[in-house]
Amino acid sequence: MIGFFIVLLLICGAYCLVVTRSMIRAVVGIELLIKAVTLLIILAGQLTGRTALAQSIAITIIIIEVVIAATAAGIALSVFRHTNSLDVRNLRNLKG
Amino acid sequence: MNIDLVILILTTLAAIWTVMGRSLLKAAIGLAITSALISVMIFRMNSPLAAVFELSVCAGLITAIFVSTISMTKPLTHKEVLQVSKDRMKRYIYLPVILAIVGAVLIALKLKQDFTIAPLAVAQPDVQTVLWDFRRLDVIGQVIILIAGALGIVILFEEKKTK
Repeated sequence: MIGFFIVLLLICGAYCLVVTRSMIRAVVGIELLIKAVTLLIILAGQLTGRTALAQSIAITIIIIEVVIAATAAGIALSVFRHTNSLDVRNLRNLKG
Repeated sequence: MNIDLVILILTTLAAIWTVMGRSLLKAAIGLAITSALISVMIFRMNSPLAAVFELSVCAGLITAIFVSTISMTKPLTHKEVLQVSKDRMKRYIYLPVILAIVGAVLIALKLKQDFTIAPLAVAQPDVQTVLWDFRRLDVIGQVIILIAGALGIVILFEEKKTK
């Protein structure tokens, strides 16, 4: 049952990431994907009886998640200062 | 109705609201609600430490980061909001449809529910032992990543110096 809802959560995150044009909303999509994966790891830990290992891995994921969110928010903010917009299409003008 | 089912349905609805919500602030709040509901679910799956981390860090800290970032950007005018909303609805209207189709397919497939793997016979160590004894190197890596992230944030959020 939980696996079913994890799939739906993954679809929500992936759809948000694909469709959105706002940088902050793209980060929100990544966050949803990470949350679904965290839930999946906890479920795997419960099914295999290794809840301690699953919890420690989930804690690692959460720490990486917050660093990703903060760094991505900072990047979005610096892009906003340069282009005065959060639209990802403005990034097409970047060199490289 | 099973309480787990209610929590999972609410989580999915909160995620949909997060993705489809008009304003970025509502998306941030929706993400916090999703995190809080997921932390309840994790707690109910016998993982209290991970649940506490999820609740405090994801529902608290990340929401604060998002709200502060949104507050530092320029809000749209009313006319722009109306224009963006029309454009957004065209793109996001397919999400509930896709979710309904995938949900119907998964229900129709009747995925095997009895995939439970037998728990290990050996007594498992607690979280602290796993984290500090077995995954010590990972913890050091996490600390390095946190420091690198903090330094990156300081540089990225830095205000331009005006002469």
